[in-house]
Amino acid sequence: MLELAQGAFPEPLAGVTLAHYLVLSGAMFTLGLVGFITRRNLIIMFLCTELMFQAAGLALIAFSRYHLNLDGQTFVIFVLTVAAAEAALALALVVLLFRRRESLSSEDWSDLKG
Amino acid sequence: MLLTLASDAPAGAAPWWVMLIPALAMLGVVLCTLFAIMGVKSKLPAYATVGCLGLACALAFAMLLGYEDASGVVKAWQWFDISWGEGHGQTFSAIFGFYIDRLTILWMLFVTSLGTLIGLYASEYMSHDQGPGYCRFFMAFNLFVFSMSCLVMGANMLMLYLGWEGVGLCSYLLIGYFYKKPSAVAAGKKAFIVNRIGDLGLALGVYLTFVHFGTIEYAELFAGDKLQGYLSDVAHGHFEHIPMTAQMIPLLLTVGAIGKSAQLPLYVWLPDAMEGPTPVSALIHAATMVTAGVYLIARAYPLFQVSQFALPAVAWIGALTAFLAATIGMAQFDIKRIMAYSTVSQLGYMFAGLGVMTSIGAAAHVFTHAFFKALLFLCCGAVMHGFAGQLDLRKLSGLAKMKGWGIVSITMLIGCLNLVGFPVITSGYWSKDIILAEAFVRPSTGLVGWLLLITAGLTAYYTFRVFFRVFVGPVEYHPGEELHAHDDHAHGHAHDHGHGNVPAHGHAPNDAHDEAHGHFHPHAPGWAINTVLLILAILTFVAIPLVALSHGGWVGEMVHGSTAHFEAAHAEGGSHGSVWLAGLDPHKVMYYISGVVGVLGIVVAWALHYRGRREAAHAPAADAFKQAIGAVQRWAEHKWYVDELYDFLFRNPLWVLSQVFRYVDMLLVDGLVNTAGWLPSALGGRLRRGQHGLLQGYAGSMAGGLALFVVVVLLLVSKSA
Repeated sequence: MLELAQGAFPEPLAGVTLAHYLVLSGAMFTLGLVGFITRRNLIIMFLCTELMFQAAGLALIAFSRYHLNLDGQTFVIFVLTVAAAEAALALALVVLLFRRRESLSSEDWSDLKG
Repeated sequence: MLLTLASDAPAGAAPWWVMLIPALAMLGVVLCTLFAIMGVKSKLPAYATVGCLGLACALAFAMLLGYEDASGVVKAWQWFDISWGEGHGQTFSAIFGFYIDRLTILWMLFVTSLGTLIGLYASEYMSHDQGPGYCRFFMAFNLFVFSMSCLVMGANMLMLYLGWEGVGLCSYLLIGYFYKKPSAVAAGKKAFIVNRIGDLGLALGVYLTFVHFGTIEYAELFAGDKLQGYLSDVAHGHFEHIPMTAQMIPLLLTVGAIGKSAQLPLYVWLPDAMEGPTPVSALIHAATMVTAGVYLIARAYPLFQVSQFALPAVAWIGALTAFLAATIGMAQFDIKRIMAYSTVSQLGYMFAGLGVMTSIGAAAHVFTHAFFKALLFLCCGAVMHGFAGQLDLRKLSGLAKMKGWGIVSITMLIGCLNLVGFPVITSGYWSKDIILAEAFVRPSTGLVGWLLLITAGLTAYYTFRVFFRVFVGPVEYHPGEELHAHDDHAHGHAHDHGHGNVPAHGHAPNDAHDEAHGHFHPHAPGWAINTVLLILAILTFVAIPLVALSHGGWVGEMVHGSTAHFEAAHAEGGSHGSVWLAGLDPHKVMYYISGVVGVLGIVVAWALHYRGRREAAHAPAADAFKQAIGAVQRWAEHKWYVDELYDFLFRNPLWVLSQVFRYVDMLLVDGLVNTAGWLPSALGGRLRRGQHGLLQGYAGSMAGGLALFVVVVLLLVSKSA
């Protein structure tokens, strides 16, 4: 168990502050969001959501370390588990959708509209 | 003035079996309904009706024989028993029961006997309609007799009201019997709506009676201290002691009576009601239902006597109606319409009779009129039946000379003589005379007497105008428009052909007319019609001794023992002569005066319509006379434009008002409602564009929303910091 002071990161990462992690997390989230909005391929869109997911997880872990509170990390472990299950489910759905329309474009699935 | 009332005899109990009279009529309704369901196509409904009503008639006679000089009440069940407090007039109770006194019996005798006879007549008359229509006709016919017996025998004003509405309903149903004919439907509606106006008056009258006297049971009302107190005030000439409310009651009841009995200004429905089948016109619109107004006034006579205005108003309404209807009747060509106007006119006599305080005369005239007017209508019906619905007196002539029409012609002559009041040998003469004489006795109503006397002359003229045009003179006929329906009928009744098959073409133009219709053969009435006509003709003679003896004879006695009894000592003029008749005693001289006036009318009709007439359509003397009076004749032919006047005064303004309401409803009310419906849908139409179904769009707006949220939170945080 490392004895660490609040707000400091271990040796190899010394000098790296919370802000760095948050900037990285924000950049990943933005990339994911932009990818999700601009791409039409369902698999790519799904991967983009995963990216946003991991960005959120990274932010959680960073804050967890920063506050020396393990709740955040525990939470991320659960989130990863759920994300794995969800990934299996979502990819299966994508396969099914592809079989229906012979296409991966999200625009083909716009029946539910006003 | 001396007043006595028979109603202060305690109300005893009437025998239970009088309830069978309405029950039998109701049985007839049920049977006819069952026949309709079973799809009976024979004359069974007619015979069931005649059977039921015949038994009811026998019971009415039993009632007469078993009558024991006291009014009696028989209660079937307690109808209403409502209490909303302990005080006086806070309990309303009414029984479903019957009040039997002599007036009731008098009315029930002719209602049930005419119901039976006319039912028999209708069995033949309506035979072209055998099947559902036949059942429907007799169902309504029985329902009418049921309602009429509730009206006449009812023990309280609520029973009277029930019967009153019931007869109105049956009248409506039967006027509109030929429901595919627009004019019949319109006539039915007119009768119903005009009657509603009168019924409002009756309802208010009944209500006011309850409010003022605290009861509507005849037995309690007429024997009650309050009314008896008023009557003794009146007997001493103290009208000022009687509250205005009590004086209003008879006026409201009068409104009801003029609606049902077709008096001014509500008489307009009765002539149109002739669209119904003729037996209906005879029973409902001549003999029985239209006398309900007379019955109401006679029944509530004590109430009328406590009012200063009610009886004079009734007298004037009656006299004016009698005169006006007679003038219209003179100029009509449809013989059934003429009879309708004569009914209105004769009902006017009855009202005038009540108004001049001879309830005996009014009842006697109701009684004789019931028989002779039913006879006249049934004769017109026989003509209509035989000539395919032809009723125009310009298109029929000389029926008496045609084979098979003898009985109709003779009975028609008897009916006409009765209506005219031909001296001595007719019952109509004796009953009309009582009213005429009494009208001249009272100084206050002398003008009414003159009006009625002139009307008697006019009556004689228009009645014999029909007779001289249609039944005597050269033989000529043109069939009416119901030829095809009629042919069907003739096939079903081979026995009619025996005497009906003799074509008697009087004129060359006839042949061309007949060719177009494929050789029309009038068919003379069969046994049922002839039998009924003969019985009714005999009954008009039987009625003579019943009304002719002093003070209205037997009918007078019947009225004497009822609430309608009113005996004012003839102090005003009885033995001293009338101011209006140059000091002569009307009771003595009126017999001669009215006889002369009647005969004079007949002579004028003879001179104008029989002498020198060579064809059906034109009588030279009458045509010349018509030319001479010009516009008057035209106005009379158009019924003095009364219908048009009512259109102008009431119907058109109401129509305009209804259009205003229609547009207010359409634009304002519907507009508001529609806006409330349109708003959400329009808003939804805008908002639904956001739901485009594109995943990226949703994600974009989500991200945008999130960004906005973050910016707002940051701004707030930075501001608070």
